[in-house]
Amino acid sequence: MATKSRTLPLNKRGMNFETLMWLFTRLSALAMYLFMLVAIIGALIMGARNQMNLTDVLRWAFTPNYTHVQSTNVPDLDPWATPFWKVVASLFVFTAAAHGLHGVLSVLDDYFAQLRVRLFFRILIAIILPIMWVIGIYVIWTS
Amino acid sequence: MARERNVGVIQGLRYRGGGPQTAWLLHRISGLGIVIFVTTHILASFLGGDLGQFINDVYESWWFQIFVIFCALFHGINGLRITILDLWPKLFEFDREAIWIEWAVFLPVFGLAVIVILNTALGG
Repeated sequence: MATKSRTLPLNKRGMNFETLMWLFTRLSALAMYLFMLVAIIGALIMGARNQMNLTDVLRWAFTPNYTHVQSTNVPDLDPWATPFWKVVASLFVFTAAAHGLHGVLSVLDDYFAQLRVRLFFRILIAIILPIMWVIGIYVIWTS
Repeated sequence: MARERNVGVIQGLRYRGGGPQTAWLLHRISGLGIVIFVTTHILASFLGGDLGQFINDVYESWWFQIFVIFCALFHGINGLRITILDLWPKLFEFDREAIWIEWAVFLPVFGLAVIVILNTALGG
């Protein structure tokens, strides 16, 4: 059965904020996969093969903050607490908070149809997101 | 954006969407689970004290670790499927096959993680 392409050409698509956020959700997911890959490769270089188990590596991968490997057999935490890892962890928190809170918004949109309520939730998320960014990155750099 | 809908809860529960619907539902639950976990986890580190310690104790229990690893792994793997199919829409024809592949990747990794968690928590 011959089917026509379901995708519209670029100039006929409505490019608005919601479309951009739809794209952001996909691209930030790929970005987080990249951060996790960097974290796993780094952990293996720093000795995870002998000193950590699968869940330790996953915990480190989901945010490379040195407190996440405190309970493992890693003998020296210094290489795990370098500014490089704090930058990667901060980028992860930055991306994840934006991805997650926008996800909450799309869940809420499914259950609240009135435009006013939707606007209220958008404002609420826009207030919560920077607070989460600040607190999350503060915790990474001061813990 | 569908702002008018006539579907009630009962009708919604009766809808049989198969694999894609299960994936959608678990994606939603695991996504909300991660948001709640990450928010309280960051707040626990930020606030410290008795409340922070209590939250951390909950997080270190084996059943909570299994829940979090389920959320993170499923959301990650299902999200990768959605991302790949959305960015290359021609592949959408193979949505159901992609979901089978997804389970084939998810179950072994999740199973191994559960074994490791239980081994550490209960076996010592």
